[in-house]
Amino acid sequence: MSAAPAYGEDKGGSAGPGEPEYGHDPASGGIFSSDYKRHDDLKEMLDTNKDSLKLEAMKRIVAMIARGKNASDLFPAVVKNVACKNIEVKKLVYVYLVRYAEEQQDLALLSISTFQRGLKDPNQLIRASALRVLSSIRVPIIVPIMMLAIKEAASDMSPYVRKTAAHAIPKLYSLDSDQKDQLIEVIEKLLADKTTLVAGSVVMAFEEVCPERIDLIHKNYRKLCNLLIDVEEWGQVVIISMLTRYARTQFLSPTQNESLLEENPEKAFYGSEEDEAKGPGSEEAATTALPARKPYVMDPDHRLLLRNTKPLLQSRSAAVVMAVAQLYFHLAPKAEVGVIAKALVRLLRSHSEVQYVVLQNVATMSIKRRGMFEPYLKSFYIRSTDPTQIKILKLEVLTNLANETNIPTVLREFQTYIRSMDKDFVAATIQAIGRCATNIGRVRDTCLNGLVQLLSNRDELVVAESVVVIKKLLQMQPAQHGEIIKHLAKLTDNIQVPMARASILWLIGEYCEHVPKIAPDVLRKMAKSFTAEEDIVKLQVINLAAKLYLTNSKQTKLLTQYVLSLAKYDQNYDIRDRARFTRQLIVPSEQGGALSRHAKKLFLAPKPAPVLESSFKDRDHFQLGSLSHLLNAKATGYQELPDWPEEAPDPSVRNVEVPEWTKCSNREKRKEKEKPFYSDSEGESGPTESADSDPGSESASDSKSSDQSGSEESSSESESEDQEEEKGESSESEQSEEEGGKSKMKKRKKVAEGQGSSSDEGSGPSSSSSESERTSETEGEQMEPASWRKKTPPSGKSAPVAKEISLLDLEDFTPPSVQPVSPSTIVSTSLATDLEGLTLTDSPLVPSLLSPVSGVGRQELLHRVAGEGLAVDYTFSRQPFSGDPHMVSVHIHFSNSSDTPIKGLHVGTPKLPAGISIQEFPEIESLAPGESVTAVMGINFCDSTQAANFQLCTQTRQFYVSIQPPVGELMAPVFMSENDFKKEQGKLTGMSEVTEKLTLPDTCRSDHIVVQKVTTIANLGRVPCGASDEYRFAGRTLTSGSLVLLTLDARPTGAAQLTINSEKMVIGTMLVKDVVQALTQ
Amino acid sequence: MIHSLFLINSSGDIFLEKHWKSVVSRSVCDYFFEAQERATEAENVPPVIPTPHHYLLSVYRHKIFFVAVIQTEVPPLFVIEFLHRVVDTFQDYFGVCSEPVIKDNVVVVYEVLEEMLDNGFPLATESNILKELIKPPTILRTVVNTITGSTNVGDQLPTGQLSVVPWRRTGVKYTNNEAYFDVIEEIDAIIDKSGSTITAEIQGVIDACVKLTGMPDLTLSFMNPRLLDDVSFHPCVRFKRWESERILSFIPPDGNFRLLSYHVSAQNLVAIPVYVKHSISFRDSSSLGRFEITVGPKQTMGKTIEGVIVTSQMPKGVLNMSLTPSQGTHTFDPVTKMLSWDVGKINPQKLPSLKGTMSLQAGASKPDENPTINLQFKIQQLAISGLKVNRLDMYGEKYKPFKGIKYMTKAGKFQVRT
Repeated sequence: MSAAPAYGEDKGGSAGPGEPEYGHDPASGGIFSSDYKRHDDLKEMLDTNKDSLKLEAMKRIVAMIARGKNASDLFPAVVKNVACKNIEVKKLVYVYLVRYAEEQQDLALLSISTFQRGLKDPNQLIRASALRVLSSIRVPIIVPIMMLAIKEAASDMSPYVRKTAAHAIPKLYSLDSDQKDQLIEVIEKLLADKTTLVAGSVVMAFEEVCPERIDLIHKNYRKLCNLLIDVEEWGQVVIISMLTRYARTQFLSPTQNESLLEENPEKAFYGSEEDEAKGPGSEEAATTALPARKPYVMDPDHRLLLRNTKPLLQSRSAAVVMAVAQLYFHLAPKAEVGVIAKALVRLLRSHSEVQYVVLQNVATMSIKRRGMFEPYLKSFYIRSTDPTQIKILKLEVLTNLANETNIPTVLREFQTYIRSMDKDFVAATIQAIGRCATNIGRVRDTCLNGLVQLLSNRDELVVAESVVVIKKLLQMQPAQHGEIIKHLAKLTDNIQVPMARASILWLIGEYCEHVPKIAPDVLRKMAKSFTAEEDIVKLQVINLAAKLYLTNSKQTKLLTQYVLSLAKYDQNYDIRDRARFTRQLIVPSEQGGALSRHAKKLFLAPKPAPVLESSFKDRDHFQLGSLSHLLNAKATGYQELPDWPEEAPDPSVRNVEVPEWTKCSNREKRKEKEKPFYSDSEGESGPTESADSDPGSESASDSKSSDQSGSEESSSESESEDQEEEKGESSESEQSEEEGGKSKMKKRKKVAEGQGSSSDEGSGPSSSSSESERTSETEGEQMEPASWRKKTPPSGKSAPVAKEISLLDLEDFTPPSVQPVSPSTIVSTSLATDLEGLTLTDSPLVPSLLSPVSGVGRQELLHRVAGEGLAVDYTFSRQPFSGDPHMVSVHIHFSNSSDTPIKGLHVGTPKLPAGISIQEFPEIESLAPGESVTAVMGINFCDSTQAANFQLCTQTRQFYVSIQPPVGELMAPVFMSENDFKKEQGKLTGMSEVTEKLTLPDTCRSDHIVVQKVTTIANLGRVPCGASDEYRFAGRTLTSGSLVLLTLDARPTGAAQLTINSEKMVIGTMLVKDVVQALTQ
Repeated sequence: MIHSLFLINSSGDIFLEKHWKSVVSRSVCDYFFEAQERATEAENVPPVIPTPHHYLLSVYRHKIFFVAVIQTEVPPLFVIEFLHRVVDTFQDYFGVCSEPVIKDNVVVVYEVLEEMLDNGFPLATESNILKELIKPPTILRTVVNTITGSTNVGDQLPTGQLSVVPWRRTGVKYTNNEAYFDVIEEIDAIIDKSGSTITAEIQGVIDACVKLTGMPDLTLSFMNPRLLDDVSFHPCVRFKRWESERILSFIPPDGNFRLLSYHVSAQNLVAIPVYVKHSISFRDSSSLGRFEITVGPKQTMGKTIEGVIVTSQMPKGVLNMSLTPSQGTHTFDPVTKMLSWDVGKINPQKLPSLKGTMSLQAGASKPDENPTINLQFKIQQLAISGLKVNRLDMYGEKYKPFKGIKYMTKAGKFQVRT
């Protein structure tokens, strides 16, 4: 509104008393008139209580920043307003803060707490913008806070916040590259995100932080391919270019069998591309190629990529079209590359900058794949209104496209261009004609004649350029063209352009036998004007003199000597040098006659004709569409496009893992179940829903008797369906509504069938409540199949079939409680999750769990079915590990339920995140059927909740397993007095303190229960405490030994406040969540 | 990705700078100025300029250079496309995109830029979303804000941002529900001396102005969709539907947008609706040249050709021209040597012509080339390719919208060589 006066103020410097708008304001009026110090008025305005004044001040400050004026001295005054209620003021303060925080780091820290508060705001926009600003403040000291904030936001329920988290990753990385490992973890997690909103941003982060970790993509490859069309344009560009690189490392070259043809591009394109363009050579090419062709089968994933990117050629964004074009150029079989030509030609209608880039790429492509653009030849015709740089690029393309058949039209076009007023363009045209003449023998004479005619052009530049080109052409067949050389010789009188003069002299010298009479005369003239010539011409004069001396020494001896003596005293050392060198060679002296005898051979050796090549040749070793390609030089951060592998890497890595035992189950049957499964989870509000969902949640939660394999299968199922589902996602949304009803009916029938329905039930909890969906979504995604397995309670030995039925019977008794952990990975289309994000915007933040809640009870490591009879559970024993005090001791219980003994149980090559180490248990020689044995192993989790993945090997098999510790297990109790506790707590305030308010349910108001719950969740020791409603616990983390202090202040009313003080903020926050979870349930 | 943005006016002043990462000194623009000097003309400044530590990518629009500074490899089109999107957004917000307007609205510009990029990576570029985040300045809103103290900045996440239709805002309400579609075709052609067509193609767009309540789902079908050789869609168009049925099915954004652009290729015969007869001659010895142009209609399908403007860049040797038009007005700028003749409507009974003499520089030799003639014209109610919209249907909402379709043919890059 009043940006204009703000501007006026700037222009007039700070002496702006004539601000009518504030004249009426008594507070500022006085200051304005006596304004000597800079920006005092602004400071005053920022200090008032009026939002309107603050806003005005901020607007003026932002205007200053925009103009590049320094406003850093206002920092203290501005930063105070960071918590201002007015959202516009707040935003402008953010703008200011991001701009100047780097310069005033100490003061910037004052604002941090506001953002930390903002991170917990129920409004997702505020959460996101708090994270945005927090991560944009380039102050190294807050790196840990940023890290924590990013990790939290990465599991936020709002996809928008998760997107912001992905954006924050490269920011933090550029601030502190030591965080790479942790950031990669976050990236890995976000890569698994299924919303289109996040996909583009996280791939961007991936490209900036860890482009070399191609292994992270495997599991997400198919998902990315399928989501691609729904991602916003900018994300599409980044994803496509990343996938191009990925495909180059993972698939075989589709053109490998055509490599024979590749060597001969002239023929290759005829043979493989344009049927109508078939020339006489094509038949041969095809026949020679055919016998060599081995069957090549394209990897279905490779095909998937090509298929899913193709529609994007129709994008309105030039960047996307270009990205797809380069993908096709680098990855598609020759026969398919053609499709991109049309789209690229379309881009030529766009802004001239776009044209410029596109033409550069077309120029490169047209060298390799000429046939592709031939039908569009006319689209590259040049208009007089095109900017010169565009004209020259179009010319390049036209030249590349010229061939035997179209050369007459192309040359006719060129003829028009030569008369253009734009002389740079004319020069380029002459070069282009020269190239056409060298490439296409048939028109060489025509071109040469045309160029010779140009020699009489009035414009010197044109003539000069023609001379240079003619010189090159003549070298190819000098004998026939004595006349032209004579003609050129005459030109030396008029033409002044050094390069042209030099070219003529060289020609005369080289072919002096063809013009024996004229040559000495030219030398005479040149000798006369020698001193006035340019260096390049002088060198050629010496050259000419030498050659003439060797062929016709009678006439030219004196002239040569004259030229050489002139050159001897030239200012330029190159010329003096050349003169000395030449004299030694041609004039036989007393001593060194050996070389001069061969002087003629040296000077008049036959020289190969120059090849006129496109400057775009071989540029395609850069990834097309990249900056490096455009500049023809490697730009910083450019990722080389790898060569195709010789042998295809294992394609199975892209399979989203399906546990082994489901392979035997009938695939057909599962497919059939798909539809109901999905439409169910989408049509959440359906009336039959609750009935369906209960058994599901029950099976997941407390019923020990519920069938293990049932819930497991469902989750594996959902994973495999996942992929299939995504393919059809676009149509899904439309259908889902009407189908919802139908499918529910179907589903009921299935439930009644009993056994076969297990997967449906498993899906129950996922659809029953969006809350559980949230948590399980983020969780399920980050975990390997082995790790979710352990979350399900250990199974009894009962037969699955029988329990299946009891499960149904139980449905009325199960509490409808929301389980934090759902056994199934949630399947949702991008649509579904997006919509959920939408509907949930107003609901309060659900504390999302980073780790499964677990007490000290047994957890499953390997199910007996998966382990082929070997069942493995583990418990955190909470005893100090004997070998290393930093290790968490884990008791592993093996039991053999097969009927053969299992031999040689040991831990195989662990694949561990940085810092984590394992102390293996001693090998168990043999485990007889029915026997159980317990081993102890130690794991140093390095104070993080990262899962330790390792292999469990028997003599015959290997199982991938992983142990993820609940955060409470990462510490050991310490015993301290109340005073010590308070003292330590005093040291750990501020950023190290995490506080959460909660309400204790009636069931856990007694001391005993509270203490029990806390100690179950965390391995802490109770600290004696005077007050009755306060509980204190203390512990140290195992690896670093940092103190973890937990205080619970419980009021009799049930309201309570939980405080955790720990240097390890990550642990603190996670622990708070776990404890709150445990206490409130 | 994009590190910083500088806005530079034609006189070389940096009048706005914005940084998304650490600050890049504006002295980096010196490299740009160097290149600008070398290029002599604004449009010849290379869009990509490498400097020792940065790369400068620029676009030139509305007499303003938008220079983006980047540090690492990034697809150049990505940046260029984004810069154009920035310009489009400004145009959308302020009606025009010019230096004074940007300066007047510098705060809004800054807020918008802040939302468009996060750490140099595009965040929100759909104008429907941006407008919800930061409301465009209008006089009314300014007044209201001053009185009520409310702000231009939205405090809720635009719902579009999270939905599957990010281009449409929710809760749209109109009393009059209307949907207008303009089918605009441009003919790009090069006609040679003798009047024969060297190349001609048709570039068409369908621009829409949709003001419909709620979440309407529209389908637009053509009588002859096979005509469209190559199409590019607004992201709202469902591609699969087009592939299988050749029907445009979409949930439209609110307001003005480009639904589709298409291309009818040079392979098809393109009807050229006008012809130009010309006789331009310079004589070597004389200082006078003759100049005569006549414009006439052909293949217009019975429609009138309007808005005809003939422009031509005359050779440097031409000092002045004395011409008489049979209709319309003409101007000749002796500095830029640009001849412009505003013809208006072509009356087939009485063809417009421009006749006269050119005075040439004495002693200068005859120019090599005759000037090319650029032509602009408009034909209402005609799509020259013959494309016809069959019907427009709406689903998902109950009311009856008002529908309108308009056709127009224009000259694109229409050039006559002489």
